[in-house]
Amino acid sequence: MKIGILLKEGPYNHQASDTAFKFAEAAIKKGHTVDAVFLYNDGVTNVTKLMDPPQDDRNIAGRWSELSKKHGVEILACIAASKRRGISDDVLIEGSAITGLGTLTDIAIRNDRLITFGD
Amino acid sequence: MLHTINKSPFEKNTFETCIRFLMPGDPLLFIEDGVYAVQSGNKFSPALEGVLKTNPVFALRPDLDARGITAIADGVECVDYEGFVALVEEHQVNSWF
Amino acid sequence: MENENIKKIMHVLRHAPHGTIYTYEGLEMILIMAAYEQDLSVVFIGDGVYALKKGQDTSGIGIKGFSKTFMALDGYDVEKLYVDRVSLEERGLTEEDLVVTVEVLDAEETGRLMKEQDVIIHH
Repeated sequence: MKIGILLKEGPYNHQASDTAFKFAEAAIKKGHTVDAVFLYNDGVTNVTKLMDPPQDDRNIAGRWSELSKKHGVEILACIAASKRRGISDDVLIEGSAITGLGTLTDIAIRNDRLITFGD
Repeated sequence: MLHTINKSPFEKNTFETCIRFLMPGDPLLFIEDGVYAVQSGNKFSPALEGVLKTNPVFALRPDLDARGITAIADGVECVDYEGFVALVEEHQVNSWF
Repeated sequence: MENENIKKIMHVLRHAPHGTIYTYEGLEMILIMAAYEQDLSVVFIGDGVYALKKGQDTSGIGIKGFSKTFMALDGYDVEKLYVDRVSLEERGLTEEDLVVTVEVLDAEETGRLMKEQDVIIHH
């Protein structure tokens, strides 16, 4: 099955990003394709490489980057939401990209499921 | 249609709102702070019992464990993330925040 | 005519308009998706109904108002606007208080519509 994920909250403030990540991992482990994680609202701040949490905490941006590298999951931040929040190509972590809401529509159309995580 | 709820019923009315729109047979999955709804003997237990008569109810075990919730209302099935994925295999998803 | 390539996508607006950005960014998403000729619907539940309230003047709070944009949805062929009856009544509002013409639905009707959807996005 092909699954798209829409993530609407930033890292750390809410559990949404953690649940989305755990869900993506479990779906891949079960043999599904996670096509893309689309970041909207404050969700776009999931992929700044300037993120530098304490060593004993998870690095949420790094984790998305690894997921992209290992499993080919596209990590896509909405351009309009990114511009509002100071997210640009300069700060994007490897494996992520900035794109438009049209891409989210394509993700909704081409996948068997689109599941939202937010707050 | 799989409905998920991630809010404590004590903080927001997400649970009360969601169950107004549930169709009989639709599974309901509590995740994140939503799992507080399934702790047995709370204010929302009667409402949950009502839902259980017509709908299968699930709670995400890692979220229950993280919150120290061990006394769970009868009839609620605990699932891990793999079980969450299995529900998504069967249903489209309606995520309530 | 049923076309299997057309997806039924429902947007659920549940936040009041200015206290958070969810409704505004939700509306932006709806406007873009409208260009893709999918089967779109928008449902207002809970405080989401406040987004449609007439007489909003945001000049004093320094945030751009957008209630009038809902009137433009018709021009984007987004014609399925539904409001939850209980949410409207609980807030002491009627259809007369709203900036656009909507269909007021009972929860059961909305629940049935939800069950038909391929994608549901809450804002």
